[in-house]
Amino acid sequence: MAVDLFRIDDRLIHGQVVVGWGQPLDLAFFVLVDDAVAASDWEQELYRMGVPPEMELHVRSVEQAAADLAGFQARPDHGMLLTADIGTMRRLADLAPIPRVHVGGIHHRVGRNPKLRYVFLTEDDEIALRALAAKGIEVTAQDVPSAASLSLDTLLASTGDG
Amino acid sequence: MTSSSNVSAGIVIAGHGGFAAGLRDAVECVAGPQPRVAAISNHGLDADGISAALSDAVDRVRADVIFTDLPAGSCTIAARRLAKSRGSITVVTGANLPMLLDCVLKERVGAAGATLSAAKGRDGVLVIAAEPTSGVEDGSHGG
Repeated sequence: MAVDLFRIDDRLIHGQVVVGWGQPLDLAFFVLVDDAVAASDWEQELYRMGVPPEMELHVRSVEQAAADLAGFQARPDHGMLLTADIGTMRRLADLAPIPRVHVGGIHHRVGRNPKLRYVFLTEDDEIALRALAAKGIEVTAQDVPSAASLSLDTLLASTGDG
Repeated sequence: MTSSSNVSAGIVIAGHGGFAAGLRDAVECVAGPQPRVAAISNHGLDADGISAALSDAVDRVRADVIFTDLPAGSCTIAARRLAKSRGSITVVTGANLPMLLDCVLKERVGAAGATLSAAKGRDGVLVIAAEPTSGVEDGSHGG
């Protein structure tokens, strides 16, 4: 499928995504799924500036993304779909088929427990990730392509020293 | 070095990993201690955390320019957000040592100063290809 990568990353478009994943995997487009960004021209411009001219950035609300996903999947080239949080990915997964999701970055905040260097989760986050997996979605954790892809069980069993 | 009647504005360097601290350290090696240069890493921070760290740093050194590493980087995104909310901050991406040294040593201020420093940074990027050796088969790379 054209959208090979479904990523949860609270930084959305940033160096790790555009350079770290985009260049080695020759990604042609990103689909940024976020209701707030989709409602703001300025926010869209902010992220658009972060994407090099040879890559496309498509910003969609959750509902728009669900409607447009089949079209993106029909493309011959490769892309990545991004949400900033687990909840947005869950809402999308309720509306459209998502085969797999990788957690690429959920950083430290009060109330979140350390799991990996780049993943901190509340108990509700853990339940939400398990709910994604219960829908048949393969859930993994991986910040950059050269790093190991960790299973959900490994992620949830980690305690921050990974 | 130009003289300035005002206390010169500070600058903030922000980037991945140890980029900013390393660049500040390199500036200090050449130009001496830089109390008005703040260094911020995005390490371990989400977008809001980077914005908060940048905002604190800008206030601390009274910065009018933020230098970042990648145009697509999270620090650049956060810097642009801050620039929009403050209205008086210039963001320069692709920072390097020649750029920062120009900014500090020439006491550049604001967007006009940043433009001059950015040009200096571009001028500092050279590609120096190997020169052909003259008849030495395995090359002598001593020195």
